[in-house]
Amino acid sequence: MSQYKYKLPDVGEGVVEAEIVEWHIKEGDTVTEDQHILDVMTDKATVEIPCAVNGKVKKIVGEPGEVIPVGTEILIIDVEGEIPDDVEDQAEPEAKDAEVDTPDATEKKDSAKSEAPEPKSEPKSEPAPKPAAAPSTPALRADGEKPLASPAVRKRALEADIDLAAIPGTGPAGRVTHEDLDDFIAAGGRLASKAGGSAGASKAPRTGTEEIKVIGLRRKIAENTAKSKRTIPHITYVDEIDLTALEDLRAHLNASKRDDQTKLTIMPFLVQALVKALPEFPQANAHFDTDNSVLTQYDAVHCGIAAATPNGLMVPVIKHAETLDIWDTAAEVKRLGNAAKSGKASKDELSGSTITITSLGALGGIVTTPVINLPETAIIGVNKMQTLPRYDEAGRLVPRKIMNLSSSFDHRIVDGYEAAQLVQKMKALLENPATLFMG
Amino acid sequence: MAKSKTCQVLVVGGGPGGYPAAIRAGQLGLDTIIVDKHGLGGTCLNRGCIPSKAFIHAASKFEEMRHTAEKADMGISLASAPELDMSGLVAWKDSIVGKLTKGVGQLLKAAKVEHVDGWATFKNAKTCVVHTDEGEIEITAENVILATGSKETELPFMPFGGPVIGSTEALDLSELPEKLVVIGGGYIGLELGIAFRKLGSEVTVVEALDRILPLYDKELVRPVQTWLKKNKVTLNLGCKAKGMREENGKAVLEFEDGDAKTHEVEADRILVAVGRKPVTQGWGLEAMGLDMDGAFIKVDDQCATGMRGVYAIGDLVGEPLLAHKATAQGEAVAEIIAGERRRFDPYGIAAVCFTEPEVCGVGLSPDEAKAKGIATKIGKFPLAASGRALSMEGGMDGGFVRITAREDDHVILGIHAVGKHVSELSGEFALAIEMGARLEDIAGTIHVHPTLTECFAEAALAALGHPIHISA
Repeated sequence: MSQYKYKLPDVGEGVVEAEIVEWHIKEGDTVTEDQHILDVMTDKATVEIPCAVNGKVKKIVGEPGEVIPVGTEILIIDVEGEIPDDVEDQAEPEAKDAEVDTPDATEKKDSAKSEAPEPKSEPKSEPAPKPAAAPSTPALRADGEKPLASPAVRKRALEADIDLAAIPGTGPAGRVTHEDLDDFIAAGGRLASKAGGSAGASKAPRTGTEEIKVIGLRRKIAENTAKSKRTIPHITYVDEIDLTALEDLRAHLNASKRDDQTKLTIMPFLVQALVKALPEFPQANAHFDTDNSVLTQYDAVHCGIAAATPNGLMVPVIKHAETLDIWDTAAEVKRLGNAAKSGKASKDELSGSTITITSLGALGGIVTTPVINLPETAIIGVNKMQTLPRYDEAGRLVPRKIMNLSSSFDHRIVDGYEAAQLVQKMKALLENPATLFMG
Repeated sequence: MAKSKTCQVLVVGGGPGGYPAAIRAGQLGLDTIIVDKHGLGGTCLNRGCIPSKAFIHAASKFEEMRHTAEKADMGISLASAPELDMSGLVAWKDSIVGKLTKGVGQLLKAAKVEHVDGWATFKNAKTCVVHTDEGEIEITAENVILATGSKETELPFMPFGGPVIGSTEALDLSELPEKLVVIGGGYIGLELGIAFRKLGSEVTVVEALDRILPLYDKELVRPVQTWLKKNKVTLNLGCKAKGMREENGKAVLEFEDGDAKTHEVEADRILVAVGRKPVTQGWGLEAMGLDMDGAFIKVDDQCATGMRGVYAIGDLVGEPLLAHKATAQGEAVAEIIAGERRRFDPYGIAAVCFTEPEVCGVGLSPDEAKAKGIATKIGKFPLAASGRALSMEGGMDGGFVRITAREDDHVILGIHAVGKHVSELSGEFALAIEMGARLEDIAGTIHVHPTLTECFAEAALAALGHPIHISA
């Protein structure tokens, strides 16, 4: 029997600390190698931490919400027999305690299926971390099974017009308790009363409050946006773009595209307009290291695309957008968007952007004041495209497809004049879409 | 010109479905009328549950005394054999029925329910004419609860009359039949057949299926089979009654076995107990325009028929034909009419057979769970290991309590028992199912010593692998 001290592994290049989001094990649990035991949050992504050895959890260090440096001891595991060579550096032979509780086979949790992306044969190092899926919720009863609940709970649920099958029970074997029902109602779970329901139904005041610990991705977003607004003097510039010609081109391309090509949205055109415009405005495709007062301007265009996900805002990054044609860009936009939404985007895919595009276009709205994604110096905001009346050269009102771009710049680096010039350059490219495709 | 009345709730039928519905409606302040012709309490109080249980109890008492007279037991002896006066037995039984039916009348009155003694015939879904001794009364109601119950099924080639009787008449015989043939090996046939055997009749059972008590699994039925064999009740399984003729003042039943071979058996009485069917004729159902579900009236989970404001409950709406189901539906419907949100959605309805020994159960048997593809844990505890069972002369009949639970989360799916006095355990069984109990809940409830209920807890422990009073 030896003791294995598990330290927070290096979860990604340059990451020095991570926040504990959720433990999936408790003290006394039997763990197996590669079992998903912990979720941590780094700058960008939630990362699943797998176990490195087989054994029994003796001690867990660190609560959800705590930020811990890489290399901190987070777990002590009792390991039977020798510790495998490749993890030995963390192990210390246990002096005493010869007759220790052997892992109870019957208690063994289903070990997570081994999905570690890195092959086992790699020398040394912990199994590679992988991005976490959405946090699991308490299990509901299987389809067709009656929910487990006492007659009194069932009666209350019926009276409140609540389908018990929709409530995750916290009682033994998933039994729905009175408290579960209370919680469900307090959380607004009550179904809308049916039309023509009881006449006496009046509007009840909303008196509940709910305290939610801001941890994980939400806390990262909070910290980053606050820091951005606190340190960066934003200048936001809005102009409208006439996309009538681009929309004709887009419709034509979509109608004539090959089956293996991704349907084009406006986004890939915006990315390619940036690719074309940025060489003249390198200060807008840059990172500003305020600590050292160094501006790093990039030749490459690593374009972040802000995406709403079930967990909050994420920014997957199209790497080297300058190497992609319009179809490749479209495919990449789609792939990364899906990866972010499903929680499958890798750490690498969620970092390294040099400039960001954010779009709320689908929701409408004519202007936004986007917050710059630190340490970048510019962000391009996309508003809703609408068909609006505009005068043509002959002074006639004609319907045009108009979309606003609302873009923010770090005024410490980018002057208002330059900002306006960049946007005007993009406008010219987008309004004359053929120029997007010319050298 | 007939008198006319109106009310908010009209209940037709005063049985264990109708009268609780009326009482509950009255309690809720609804203007309620109940119409009943054959005596409040329905089949249950007048011709079914209660009188049969009185009859069975008396038969058991008689049998015990007869045994004691034959051979002293527990230090008790009787100088001479007990004697049976059937009319005395029937009178005692009737006194119990009388007490209870009178009680129902008082309860209805206390709930301010008007009782109209007569036969209702519907003209349309909301209006009926009641034929009473004082003439006709027309009643128009906002809501109607149909609770006309069920009646014994006759064999078309052997209608009731003469030596052919149904369960109702069997409980009112003035003379004990020397030879009784029971057609039907279900719970009614066996309960009464066993009681008559205890009173001294020679009993032969003719059953079309190849087994008795088909609603219960073989393991549960085995102790009953053992008793029947030991007490020389002849079982003709897989046999179909074909007809009856009378010869020298005796009835002779002809029946055919599985090989189509004809047999005959002589009988003083032939009890036909082949089931019950809903009473859907003779009260104007056809004028109401209701949807049917086979022989039964079609209702939803609120016992509502296809006609707005018309509800049907109990034996009229389908299996199981059990008084306690009808009662639960009756209460629910009264509350629904009063505007409450209710639904008839039991997780289980327990059933009891007052055979010798008794059988009861609720929920899934191990075989039924298996058929549904559920992995189970089964726990069984023999009554022979219960001090209380032995002290009541039980436990030696092969009785046991059996729990069927899900293997994964230990939620109890079914509970069954067979043995002397086990019927009184059925309430706790039903409670466990309704509360969604797990094995640990039952094992963790301290059961009183010395009672039979300990067997339930022990069965749960057995399922968990560590019973105390038997070796695991």
